[in-house]
Amino acid sequence: MTETDITQATQYLTFKVGEEVFALDVIQVREVLDMSPITRVPRSPEFMRGVINVRGSVVPVVDLRLKFGLTKTESTVDTRIVVIEIGIDGEATVLGALADSVDEVIEMEPDRIEPPPRIGMRWRTEFIKGIGKHNEAFVIILDIDRVFSSDELALVEAETSGVEIDMDAEAGAEEGA
Amino acid sequence: MEDHRAAYKEEAQELLSDLESGLLELEEKPDDEELIARVFRTLHTIKGSGAMFGFDDVAAFTHEIEAVFDAIRSGRLAVTKELVDQALAARDLIRRMVAEEAVDTTLAADMMGRFRRMLPDAAPALAAGPALEEGQDAPASYHIRFAPHADLFRTGNSPDLIMGELRELGQAQIIAHLDMVPPLSDMRPEDCNIRWEIMLRTGRSMSDIRDVFIFAEDNCDLEILPMESKGIEDRRRIGEILLARGEISAETLEEALRIQETGHPAEPRARQVAITVSSIRVPAEKLDFLVNLVGELVTVQANLTRKSRLLSDAELISIAEEVERLTASLRDNTMGLRMLPIGATFQKFRRLVRDLALELGKEVVMTTSGEDTELDKNMIEQLNDPLVHIIRNEIDHGIEPPSARRALGKPSHGTIHLAASHSGPNVRIRVSGDGAGIDLAAARSKAVERGLIQRDARPTDKELLDLLFAPGFSTAKRVTDVSGRGVGMDVVKRRIESLRGTVDIETEKGVGTTLVLSLPLTLAIIDGLLVSIGGTYFVIPLSAVEECLEMARAAAERARDRGMMSHRGHLILYLSLREFFTIREAAPAIERVVVSEIKGEKVAFGLDQVIGHHQTVIKPLGRVYRDIEGVSGATILGDGSVALILDMPALFEVAEKKAEQRGEAGRTERARL
Repeated sequence: MTETDITQATQYLTFKVGEEVFALDVIQVREVLDMSPITRVPRSPEFMRGVINVRGSVVPVVDLRLKFGLTKTESTVDTRIVVIEIGIDGEATVLGALADSVDEVIEMEPDRIEPPPRIGMRWRTEFIKGIGKHNEAFVIILDIDRVFSSDELALVEAETSGVEIDMDAEAGAEEGA
Repeated sequence: MEDHRAAYKEEAQELLSDLESGLLELEEKPDDEELIARVFRTLHTIKGSGAMFGFDDVAAFTHEIEAVFDAIRSGRLAVTKELVDQALAARDLIRRMVAEEAVDTTLAADMMGRFRRMLPDAAPALAAGPALEEGQDAPASYHIRFAPHADLFRTGNSPDLIMGELRELGQAQIIAHLDMVPPLSDMRPEDCNIRWEIMLRTGRSMSDIRDVFIFAEDNCDLEILPMESKGIEDRRRIGEILLARGEISAETLEEALRIQETGHPAEPRARQVAITVSSIRVPAEKLDFLVNLVGELVTVQANLTRKSRLLSDAELISIAEEVERLTASLRDNTMGLRMLPIGATFQKFRRLVRDLALELGKEVVMTTSGEDTELDKNMIEQLNDPLVHIIRNEIDHGIEPPSARRALGKPSHGTIHLAASHSGPNVRIRVSGDGAGIDLAAARSKAVERGLIQRDARPTDKELLDLLFAPGFSTAKRVTDVSGRGVGMDVVKRRIESLRGTVDIETEKGVGTTLVLSLPLTLAIIDGLLVSIGGTYFVIPLSAVEECLEMARAAAERARDRGMMSHRGHLILYLSLREFFTIREAAPAIERVVVSEIKGEKVAFGLDQVIGHHQTVIKPLGRVYRDIEGVSGATILGDGSVALILDMPALFEVAEKKAEQRGEAGRTERARL
């Protein structure tokens, strides 16, 4: 996707994955759903949790905790599915992202957002658009298109192409996470 | 008016593709009068309706080509290859005019000039109006008896227009016979109950007169007789002749004469009869919307059926069953609306074959069969690109140049045959070319070179052919504009598989290659068998299901280890879906087995439970799950949860591979049976 600079006040949806607060440009958020039963798609990486029915459409769900190297998201009353629209290779794709909780919609001025530091981050910096500050706490603004870029999802292909998947696929998933 | 223009555009596109196929056929059979007449008629309609809807440029341009074909029809001009080339170019230009694209006016004028010069004489053959022109015969009189069948109006003909055209040819006296008109109570306004007698004095030929009736010819009794009388000046005498011949009654004659004298039109202008048509045009989006709605309805109906069974209220169940029956019939009918014969698509390739052969200096003839085979419209659209690719490939790499073909003792022109047929729930499309065939030895060395197989590998012919579908594989020695870059067959395969179809190659070196595409009839809804494994629901397309069996756990484990099971005295392939899908929940004591037949071979799939028939609205799984093996899509169940649709051909391949990995033992065992 195109690299867009953050130049004007934008609204962000904030949500928690583990202890960290992440933010997404609201333009990319379609809706927020309560947790619902997910149909697992066999022979796909662990972080791809499966598919759900969003008003007649079949939408894949990604576990952000697993994607970011944490343990699998447990279903609690706070667990939400954030339905986002992203572009993969210029093709609009709808995805559900599992978050431990969804907090609020905030507005942040561009001058309060800093570029991601090069070192000292436990998150891969290429996934991050910037670090914002809200209520004296840091908010990580995700570059969600990058998180689900074709390279990242291409891992899905590589991991499942073999017939004898079990061992190889597990190893591949860990590399990708 | 805009609506009409849009309708004209649509109609014109169809006429233009008719024209194209007509011209291409004409190239092969330049003396076919029927064909010449068809081309002429098409041009005539394009011109006529073009003028009617304000496409004056189209009308003026088409007029020139029509004039040339009129000359051909009357034998004054012969069909040549050059003429067909020009006509095809002109057809492309008309298409652009109709689409209201920018057209180079000098090019159009040029082309018009070229057509004008083709005419054997300078006189425009189709000049309208009664004026006598040079080169025309001296006026003669004709007696025309025009007795339309009752269904004339239903074919879109209007006597009014026909009479108008006759009047343009010369002086016409028209008498209408009303004796066939039934009493009002028995009258059907859609029927034509009137006959006409026309006395025409004109300098035009008999065939010009016959042309006026060109569209009505099949729906009427028509008789055109030259008259020896001096003409129609003596009205009374003609009337008397008719009277004497018993053609008209005295009453009718009186009436006709009176009408002539008062100058009122004799034809029933006042009787505007609604023209009924046997088909209507509907925009494709409306149909797609309808199909989507039916899809939703099917889901809701499944939910209703499920709920009614839970409540076990007899009355509710019977209502639900009624709804189910109606929905199924609604579904089938709606799907049927989108079915189109594949013939039109085949015709489109004629041009491609012709142009490509010309470009590559080859001679190729295209033949077709099974054009009436119907397929879902969306499917046909999706098939276009793969078919173009396959045909290009065959012409470029398969068909040899004429000299080489002659040296091989083959006819100098190659043949591409497109055939469509139904085969159970599938449609099979075969593209055969009698070209060089695929050189398996060359394919093998190429595969080694590309690192697709080991140098010492001994792949079977089928495995080698499968390699042709591998990305980046091409046996072409050189890269041409047309093909040979190695992108292609893999794309073809992927596209066909995304339509839930399969591709197979049959080839014989030196004899030819056939690609066989096997496709489901529709993309949107299938009948499925709902099954479950460890709490996950799957749908097996019912068309693939042969029978359902039960198997005790011990037998199931044995089958899993061998990759085979015994079925009615035969050993057949067995694949445990639980194992393949790595589902960890405990297996039940008794396993269910679904036996299906794929590519002519039986294969058994082990699973937990067979739930029953499920009308499956197919939903795409989306890009991220595009390459998941064994799953081709998803569907929404009555309770709103999602079930996965199994990709049976892919699972069959997995079962086959697994069995082969388990060693030769299995294979020989199978071969023995």
